[in-house]
Amino acid sequence: MTTSEAHVEVRDLTMAYGDTVIQKDVSFTVARGEIFVIMGDSGGGKSTLMRHMIGLHPPASGDVLYEGEAFWAAGDEERETLKQRFGVLYQGAALWSSMTLAENVALPLVDKRGVSAADASEVARLKLALVGLAGFEEHHPSEISGGMRKRAGLARAMALDPEVLYLDEPSAGLDPLSSRRLDDLILEQRESAGTTVVIVTHELPSIFALGDDAVFLDGERKAMIARGRPSELREHPDPKVRAFLSRGRL
Amino acid sequence: MERLLDVTRDGPELRLALAGGWTLSRGLPSIDGVAREIGSSLPRRLVFDAHELAEWDSALVAFAYSVARLAAERGIEMDVSGLPPGARKLLDLARAVPPRAVVRAVLDDAFTARVGVEALRARDTAADALGFVGETLQAFLNLLRGRAGFRARDLLSAVEASGVAAAAIVALVSFLIGAVLAFVGAVELQPFGAAIYVASLVGIAMTRELGPMMTGIVMTGRTGASFAAVLGTMTVNEEVDALVTMGLRPMEFLVLPRVLATALMLPALVAYSDFMGMLGGLFVGVTMLHLGAAEYLSQTREALTLAHLWIGLGKSVAFGIVVALTGCYYGIRCGRSAAAVGVATTRAVVMGIVLVVVADAVATVFLYAVGI
Repeated sequence: MTTSEAHVEVRDLTMAYGDTVIQKDVSFTVARGEIFVIMGDSGGGKSTLMRHMIGLHPPASGDVLYEGEAFWAAGDEERETLKQRFGVLYQGAALWSSMTLAENVALPLVDKRGVSAADASEVARLKLALVGLAGFEEHHPSEISGGMRKRAGLARAMALDPEVLYLDEPSAGLDPLSSRRLDDLILEQRESAGTTVVIVTHELPSIFALGDDAVFLDGERKAMIARGRPSELREHPDPKVRAFLSRGRL
Repeated sequence: MERLLDVTRDGPELRLALAGGWTLSRGLPSIDGVAREIGSSLPRRLVFDAHELAEWDSALVAFAYSVARLAAERGIEMDVSGLPPGARKLLDLARAVPPRAVVRAVLDDAFTARVGVEALRARDTAADALGFVGETLQAFLNLLRGRAGFRARDLLSAVEASGVAAAAIVALVSFLIGAVLAFVGAVELQPFGAAIYVASLVGIAMTRELGPMMTGIVMTGRTGASFAAVLGTMTVNEEVDALVTMGLRPMEFLVLPRVLATALMLPALVAYSDFMGMLGGLFVGVTMLHLGAAEYLSQTREALTLAHLWIGLGKSVAFGIVVALTGCYYGIRCGRSAAAVGVATTRAVVMGIVLVVVADAVATVFLYAVGI
């Protein structure tokens, strides 16, 4: 379902915390319906790049464009509207601990889409079932395991049927079967709804199973050093990229 | 409004014809009609027909999932081949893992049952807290024997948090309490020409009762709450677990420096509070009652004995231990969520204030009984 139309574009993005530059002049486009992987070494700026793409951290320079519409150059109101186009799964799930799983998923539906509480509850039940958590609607995040929290976080990210789904280390902390099921779910979501998926991960099985396209960020050189299909990047001229994708076996 | 759903019976089949736009913004059709139809006469099959369906999103899949659960409950076969392929795949995925039957404890809601549950919980908490006090004492004994360790920096940081950092708020509260006490005393004493005894009243009340108690309460809200929040957050972040697995005892590493710091610093704060309270009394005496400053101070010196001062300072050590132990106890026993930290902090403050007031009342009655 991938099309060549650019859905998300990162244009000349320089990311910095204060005076510390994390990455310089990062540019790439993500096509509609594509599963796009952001990979790189630890501390290389993968999650920071995602934070810039979802509006949590303003860039030092450059911008992120959604269907040609600049995110950071837009006013506050336009930015809020743009934010409704994407859902985010955070690395630690970031579920609201005072709410049940169903309430976690239903809240954005009621608050952002004006869906009635009863309808939101039905949709929450579906979204939780999609991630294999049927029957856990009334549990609080503290009552379930870390892997289940991750899946509930994904259900919440999908609550608004987002156009773009951002996933920060979705498989980290999951057992192989849950990880595989999550990969299947991401593929299904893309196939059925045409969702564009941007994944930050360094789980090689997921990178190869899911990724249509990928970028590799190098923390030392503070630059994007590779771009292409994960399977093709195994033959990339840069030894660091090759080593990363073959677990150090060159 | 366009009709989204038509439920028709076709022999042993129940046909659900979907039409128009099935989106969340339009709302989900109620499943009641389908349930009613099934209830009237059990069909063999449920068939979805989506020929007239226009746009759709999660609303359609959520509805189909509700129908699927209903059908599964009644043992009705379901034909979803009429649904759009995307919706069918999502529905298959949602049904891939059957709902987990979760057995949750059913609580008896009767008043007597709730009283009983609360009483048992209070008993367990009291026993647990007593164990916590014992563990702290054990840690203290280990320290005296040179077997316990914590970082000097942690002790100094706790000393700062429960000492200098609290001085300003204690000064303000004590000054105002001294002033209010003098003012209320003057209203009663002035008609008898005994306004000068306001100095005695303020001096004795501040050093013996109000200085220690008000400082204890202020410190509960400030330092005790901070201990509970910090240790609670550490518990949530598994930092306490990390100490345990590294062989560091949380009681010695986290609790002991805080208890020692508060027990050491509270007497200093109380002495400061006594002074500020008497200053507040002096301010009212001089500005409103027109007493001479020298006269006021002389009366204060005459009324105050060292016994009053020592009693107040002795109480302050006990209050310091109570405040720190309460804060640390609720922090270490915190649950595993952000909300639990809030609960732990609230409980630490409420229980800390109650215990300070109860301890003060017990000490006052005891000292009266022994005639001090």
